[in-house]
Amino acid sequence: MEKLRATSSLRRSLKSILNRQLSSISEIRYLNGKRSCQPTFSLIRDYKSLGEANAIRYRCFSSVSTVVQRNPSFSTLNSDDISYFKRLLGEKSVIQDEDRLETVNTDWMRKYKGSSKLLLQPRSTEEVAQILKYCNSRCLAVVPQGGNTGLVGGSVPVFDEVVVNLGSMNNIISFDKVSGILVCEAGCILENLISFLDNQGFIMPLDLGAKGSCQIGGNVSTNAGGLRLVRYGSLHGNVLGLEAVLANGDVLDMLGTLRKDNTGYDLKHLFIGSEGSLGIVTKVSILTPPKLSSVNIAFLACRDYSSCQKLLMEAKRKLGELLSAFEFLDIQAMDLVLNHLDGVRNPLPASMHNFYVLIETTGSDESYDREKLEAFLLSSMEGGLISDGVLAQDINQASSFWRIREGVPEALMKAGAVYKYDLSLPVEKMYDLVDDMRTRLGDLARVIGYGHLGDGNLHLNVSALQYDDKILEQIEPYVYEWTSKHRGSISAEHGLGLMKANKIYYSKSPETVKTMGSIKKLLDPNGILNPYKVLPHSLDS
Amino acid sequence: MKIMVAVKRVVDYAVKIRVKPDKSGVETQNVKMSMNPFCEIALEEALKIKESGLAKEVVAVSMGPSNCVDTLRTGLAMGADRAIHVEASRDLVPLTVAKLLKKLVEVENPGLLILGKQAIDDDCNQTGQMIAGLLGWPQGTFASKVVLDKEKQVATVDREVDGGLETLCLDLPAVITTDLRLNQPRYATLPNIMKAKSKPIKKITPEELNVDVKSDLEVVQVTEPPKRKAGVILSSVDELIDKLKNEAHVI
Repeated sequence: MEKLRATSSLRRSLKSILNRQLSSISEIRYLNGKRSCQPTFSLIRDYKSLGEANAIRYRCFSSVSTVVQRNPSFSTLNSDDISYFKRLLGEKSVIQDEDRLETVNTDWMRKYKGSSKLLLQPRSTEEVAQILKYCNSRCLAVVPQGGNTGLVGGSVPVFDEVVVNLGSMNNIISFDKVSGILVCEAGCILENLISFLDNQGFIMPLDLGAKGSCQIGGNVSTNAGGLRLVRYGSLHGNVLGLEAVLANGDVLDMLGTLRKDNTGYDLKHLFIGSEGSLGIVTKVSILTPPKLSSVNIAFLACRDYSSCQKLLMEAKRKLGELLSAFEFLDIQAMDLVLNHLDGVRNPLPASMHNFYVLIETTGSDESYDREKLEAFLLSSMEGGLISDGVLAQDINQASSFWRIREGVPEALMKAGAVYKYDLSLPVEKMYDLVDDMRTRLGDLARVIGYGHLGDGNLHLNVSALQYDDKILEQIEPYVYEWTSKHRGSISAEHGLGLMKANKIYYSKSPETVKTMGSIKKLLDPNGILNPYKVLPHSLDS
Repeated sequence: MKIMVAVKRVVDYAVKIRVKPDKSGVETQNVKMSMNPFCEIALEEALKIKESGLAKEVVAVSMGPSNCVDTLRTGLAMGADRAIHVEASRDLVPLTVAKLLKKLVEVENPGLLILGKQAIDDDCNQTGQMIAGLLGWPQGTFASKVVLDKEKQVATVDREVDGGLETLCLDLPAVITTDLRLNQPRYATLPNIMKAKSKPIKKITPEELNVDVKSDLEVVQVTEPPKRKAGVILSSVDELIDKLKNEAHVI
């Protein structure tokens, strides 16, 4: 890989030559509340050669470091604004209380911290529309917020943006028992939807660790993945329709409940995964699968990563329609969970294994499913793919197995500082990155690998006692370059947010990003919606 | 010594219980069924005793419809040596279960009979006491610790009672019923599940044991507990005092 040192003037001249193929130049980090900046290597992908040679050229430029600046075209709040919002929403939904603002200004990982002075809690689409219309006319920047469980700093303000929290819009509008289509407001908490559907005999097509706080609007806006994706697919398939409010206050009613609808551009997809940068999702209609009565969970140990891979292939073949989750964690992740979480016990206490795999099957016939799973597990054990394993005999045991897998992020938080990377990679290459990182970091930090093996999604985590620039230098941009080299995605399910906005070029071509910029410009000409996020900062200038 | 353990198939502990619309009982169709958690603890204790060399064989017994075999397979996968299934289509009340167990004890001659203190479906908490009475054996109920002395042929049992622990010494053979804190049941490992497939499950009917399963109890109706009303947020202390006085009538 070719590395060039480029001064800022050289960079400017290159920019014209390369026809805007340069990616952005800045990166900000908020570590322990302190903001620091550091130069980052930018990467250019030359897609033009792709057609013939199927090759991608990479070049790195060390760049001049800049800190993200508050966009001067945004206004600052004044007392007229506050009284307008109070008239519109009522006193109770306009919050200026320091303590409550502290919560909405800080992300779940306490890594990003904004300084918003205002939190609005609309109760209806009309109120959201009025808020945005006003903010747009006043050029006030807005951050849409759901459960604030994001991991990339996408849900908290960067500067003094107005926070619009949808938590008060938490009504279930309708549920059709025949088709399984649920229509609800964006602020519904995922777990509440899960328990509502449970009573109706249905399940949500997505499930994730943060279900107790995350909201469906946020899930849709960030195209959250989670544990059931391997079975039910992504939200692009499960969301049948949505209602979104644009920056100018226009309400796009796309709240269809049809499985088939080929009339024009399917605009709803723009709002799934755009992280609130194109509009605020206010209502959602989702196709929910029926709840099947028979769920079986096995917790298995594998000797090496290639056994995990082979096991996945075998599971897809032999469990077929039953397979509903295939998760893995390595020995370091297991060790963290056992040491940092109360009440978790090792299901395979005899010895520690290098890899653990959790397989879940969901079907309609208890004894048939169980027989099938048992036969599969026993043959895999005889074949040497599994070195040991346990099969949950009741729901309590099943939840204790899930607790281990779902408890990894929590254990990481308790263990100290953590650098999180959420990568999509070809399954066969996935764990090589973890090994590479271990070699690179040596004794500096612990490298932990776990994730959704069934979806080729690795959660690479680096755990250290405290945040340290030396560690970060070893990780970035290496991880991104490695991922890009293997044609992976630098954000499988967490999104780009603030953390990776400038890293988009590692996974998307300049032309694609340029088109994204045009769409953003079209839907939000003043750029008031979730600014500084998703798209690279260089597009703003 | 041989240990006999009674295990019951019940609606899974984690399943939300639903009452049948006609109030005749609890919905068990299409509901996940598992081994009663207290029975799991009873079996775990038996297996521990066997592993410490104080018993030679653990026999798991279950009674009820043919699906009870699944529960017995779980027991065998945990480590029981063999199983007995008393096949009965109708619901069995504790006294009937105790009578059936008595017959099996007469055949098997175990040195120790361990049961869960109660089943989480009917919460009867009667079978252990009844079988001890029928057999004329000493009983240590709600055991939170069990120590066997092979030479003296006694079992020392700690029981959790209000305000402390009670320690009993029982002559063997005896009946022990298990409480929650006695142990943590093991998981069924794949090698043990594999082994369990070849372990025998003996089927036997109440008729063969010469026990009449007719009950002189009749369930009149089963109802759900009243739904809890949602809380309200009050805006002032005065309002709170008013509510406490006039609605809750506590001050």
